[in-house]
Formats: sequence, C-alpha cells, structure tokens
Amino acid sequence: MRTLEQTTQEVLDLASKHFNVPPGSLAPEDDFFKKLGIDSLQTLEMLSRLENHFGIELPDYEVQGVSDFRTLASRIQSRL
Amino acid sequence: MLDLFKYQSIGAALKDALEEFSNEVCLIEADREREKERLTYREFKDSAQPLAKALQDAGFGVGDRASIIMTNQSKWLISAYAVFYGGGVLVPLDYKLTPDEQWQLLKHSGAKVLITEYPIWRQLSAAAGRSAAADVRTVLVTEAPANADLAGAQRWEEFRGSGEPNFVTRTRKDVACIVYSSGTGGRPKGCMMTHENYLEQCVALTSIYPFAPGVRYLSILPTNHAIDFMVGFFGPFICGAAVVHLRTLRPEYVREAFSKYKITYVSLVPLVLKNLQKGLQARFDKLPPGKRKVFNAIVAINKALTKSRPRLGLSRRLLKQVHEPFGGELRTIIVGGAFTEPQTLQFFYDLGIPVANGYGLTEAGTAITVNDLKPFRADTVGKPLPGMEVRIVNANAEGIGEVSVRSKTVMSGYLNEPELTAESIVDGWLMTGDLGRFDATGHLQLFGRKKNMIVTEEGKNIYPEDIEAVFESLPVKEFCVFAANYIWPQRSMIGEQLLLAVHLEPGQTYTEELRRDISMRNSKLLNYKRIHGVVLFGEDFPRTASLKIKRNVLAEQVGKLDRASAFLPL
Repeated sequence: MRTLEQTTQEVLDLASKHFNVPPGSLAPEDDFFKKLGIDSLQTLEMLSRLENHFGIELPDYEVQGVSDFRTLASRIQSRL
Repeated sequence: MLDLFKYQSIGAALKDALEEFSNEVCLIEADREREKERLTYREFKDSAQPLAKALQDAGFGVGDRASIIMTNQSKWLISAYAVFYGGGVLVPLDYKLTPDEQWQLLKHSGAKVLITEYPIWRQLSAAAGRSAAADVRTVLVTEAPANADLAGAQRWEEFRGSGEPNFVTRTRKDVACIVYSSGTGGRPKGCMMTHENYLEQCVALTSIYPFAPGVRYLSILPTNHAIDFMVGFFGPFICGAAVVHLRTLRPEYVREAFSKYKITYVSLVPLVLKNLQKGLQARFDKLPPGKRKVFNAIVAINKALTKSRPRLGLSRRLLKQVHEPFGGELRTIIVGGAFTEPQTLQFFYDLGIPVANGYGLTEAGTAITVNDLKPFRADTVGKPLPGMEVRIVNANAEGIGEVSVRSKTVMSGYLNEPELTAESIVDGWLMTGDLGRFDATGHLQLFGRKKNMIVTEEGKNIYPEDIEAVFESLPVKEFCVFAANYIWPQRSMIGEQLLLAVHLEPGQTYTEELRRDISMRNSKLLNYKRIHGVVLFGEDFPRTASLKIKRNVLAEQVGKLDRASAFLPL
C-alpha cells in the first residue's frame, strides 16, 4: 500500500509527464490550473491518466472544487 | 410534438407527453462504458408518480418550492416532473457551487424540499451554512451507500407514496422555476420563470431545431442551466425524443457516447467546442501530405456545396472519416452559455457539422437569437427567434447600442428584488446590458457589454460583487473588483477578465508580499472566478452617502489610466 507521500509524488510525476513540464518543477501545494495553465477539460484528461495509473475509478464529484495536487492525491489515496 | 398552445403549464404538457409517447425511450443513463438505465416514457411516469405522491403526503403543496442539486442524470428529470405534478416551483441549483453558496441560495429561494445526490449531501450537511436555511424540511438523497450517515435526509429511492397523486393545475402566469443567473455574493438574482416562459420558448426553439421520437439528445451542460433544461428535458420530452445522460464527463466517454448512442443533438459551451476543434485539427495535421491535400480538396467541395444551407447527407458521405466518430447522425451542435469565436463556428460548418450558435440570457427565457443556418453566418449570433421583439437602444453613429427584448419568454422578475427588476425590465423591455447591432440582413452582431460582469468560455456568469468577499481585510486602503472590459471597453466578448482595483494606504507600496497575499486569496476562488490582475489607483474611491463605492464613477476614473501599463498581471 502506498503512503500519501508516495501517491502525491506519483501524481506530480504523472502530471509533469502528461503536460510536458520539467520533472521536479511541480510541488504538492501548487494550484494545477495556474501552474500548468490548464482548463477544466484538460484536468479531466489528467484524471483519466491518473485513474489508469492507479487502477481506480475517481468519480467526477470527488474532484469537484479540487485545484491543488496534494488534495487531489488525498482523494486518490482514499480510493486505493 | 404536442401542441403547446393548448397547455397552461409545464406539468400538464409533460403529463400528456408521458401518455402520448409511452412506449418510446425517454432516458438513457451511462456511467463510463456501462449503461446504467434505459427508461420508456411509461417507466418514467411509473417512477415519478410515487415520488409525487410521497411529496404530497409530506405536505408539499401548490406553490411550494423544491430545489434540485444534482449532476445530469435520470433522477434529476424524474424529480423535476414530480415537483411540477404537485404544482410546485422548481429551484434548480448549480452542483458546482460551494456548499455555503448552495445553502445561501436555498435560503433565498425559500425551498422547503431539497433533492440531491449523496456525495453532494455529504458536503452540504457538514457545511456551516446549513443552519441558515431552516425552511428546508425534507431532504432526499439519491444513491446513498447502505450504511451511510444520512444526516437527517431520507433516501430518494425509498421515498415513495402509494396510490395516485393529485395532479395540481397551474396557469401560464404562475412561476414554474426560480433560476439563479448569478449572485452567490450579496445579492442573489433569482429569475422567476413562468410556465408561459417555457411553453413559448419551447415552441420557438423546436420550430428551428425539431425533436421527434428517435431523436437523441446528449445532455452535457448542467440541467440547472436554462439551455439544458429546455433542450435536454422539456423540449425532447414534449416531442417524444430521448435524452442521454453521462455520469462521467471525461472526453473519452463523451466521444464514445456519440457513436454508441447515435446522438442527434448536443449542447456544448464554447470551451468544449474549441477543445473538440483542437482534437480534430490535430488529427488532420497528422495526415500524410498527399492525403492531407485530398482531404483539403474535399473540405473545399463540401464548403462550396453547403454555402446556402447545410446538406447533412452529402457532407456525411463526403467527409465520412470526420462524421463517423460523431455517430453519423449528428444534425447540429448547439453552442451556448457564452460567446463563440466565429473561426470555431466556421471550422465545424466547413466540415458539414452545423453549429447552432445564438444569444440569450436566463432572464429572457434562454435564447433570444439563433443562427438559422439559412445561410450560416459565423460572424453573427443569428436572427431573433419567432415571438422575440429585439431592438437596439441608444444606438451610436455605427448603430451599436444596448440590446433589449420584449417577449412572452421574458421572466416575471427577480425574486424579492423589485428595484432590480424595475431596472432590468423597463416598460416591458428586458435591458440585457449587452451591446449589439443588426446588420442589413437582420442578423444580430454583438460588441461587448455595458454591464460590469464577465461570461467565461465555460458559460459561467461572474459578477465582481460576488467574489469581493475573498479580498476582505486585504491590507490596503480600499479595493474593488471590476470586469476589465467594463473599465476599458473592448468590442469583444472573448477572453474576458476580472481585475482588482486597489488604492494603497499613504506611503504604502505594491510589494511582492502584497502581490502574494492577493494571489493566495485569489487561489481560494474557483478557477473560473479568479481575477487576472491588479490596477493601482491613487485616489480615494468615489462613494455614496451610505459609503458604498460608486462603481460606475470609479470605473470611469480608472479607465483614464493606460490599460497596457496599469494592468499588473498576477
């Protein structure tokens, strides 16, 4: 079982790969809309990638209002 | 289609539709690749009537208000019908608002009943705002897990009365819905929409975009939004068509739904439409040069052959590889909620996929103008719908002025706001606050706004007053949020931004620390509500005797600054 820290790191790695930003340039507390300059639709695409990676289903309502990596990771963690 | 002129209310029309089309499929609900539910009109009725009876047994009576806060799904529509059946007033709220915002609007609307989904209720029931909305006596939650703590709510699935409910008649002038067009801040704007508003709008829209049994509408825009309520519920139902709901709006499942369910119509906001354009463009760009050349030639032929009107059959044959992923039966993409760039509209039209753009406001009963595609005009928002009188008020030398509308579809007013209503509806004409002009062929063109607000590409109306609370106690002398275009008028409704006008204390400077403070507060707002920059203003803000900021006067003063140098991006 992953720890929250591990999950958070995997979320950051996957986001930096998906959006083509240098590894290590994203931090848990970053607002992904702002930091990555993405819109709500691109966020949904990222969620699909995360679902595949973690092998879970993340309902849309679970990520409603979430805009930072740490909170996103904790929502994933609760479903692992 | 039912003859709506015969009907007095939404409830009465829907009641007859359920009988008339009893064997047709009315709802399909899918979650990812799984189809969860498929209902005929008869099954819809069988599901709604016990709910209507249980509501009546619980004391829900004529004119009582019931709110729905749900994602798009079959239980949304079943619940709405049950409310109308009992003569109630529906208060559809945005499920994307914060729990406290939702409680505030529940309180403002006077809702007695709340119908919601368990995950939403989990957050609502824990929010501090709950205590304020004491009128909400019955809460029904859908899909709650077996051992869930319902925090005073009841299970929607078990809330069923036995026996025939009493159908309550309403008249055309009675309020059917209270729809919040904005106002999660100090002054909620609850549009009181009458039964007549919906009946008339439905007649007008279906005259251009007809529904019938076999037609399938993909419901993606939130159903609380005026557009989806009309074209994703009332319109299809009174024509015997089917509505498809997706519980997961990930792009891959939306794409799959088009071909799986042979979608006929879909409504999208400009942001999603642009994304679709981007995806298609990327596909075309990947074609090898030879194939690309052939493809471009076919597009040019299609363009020439559809110049005066769409020819769907022909376009589907010519551009099979484009149309097939859309299911091959898509007639029109309806785009609404915000202004769409002409270039995007043209892109789809050239591929033989007509995009019905238009212009409307919740206050006007959804659409005012719609592009009738005869011929397609990407540079305008179309012609007024039947029954709409539209005029341009205080036009300048170029013919540009405020768009105003008179029609049976215009709301009866804002709930509990007689002054605001009187400002908005003058001698029966709804003043839209948008600037426009008619061209020689009667098409409306829009040129920005007169009012201090923005509409995002996701179709969200944002009023500056609604987001100021987050900047309260900011260590400056005074501040005020504005729509940038309200200060520096642009002839555009694309890429609208909000800014924070700040008056620093004497001797204070705009430090990095202050910028960070503003940025941190800004990040607490939902992403589409955020300000984009700061403008420093060196004088005291003009105020009324009661010390309220005179926003229009301040905007004029700030507008004298040079935008390029005064606007400090966050």
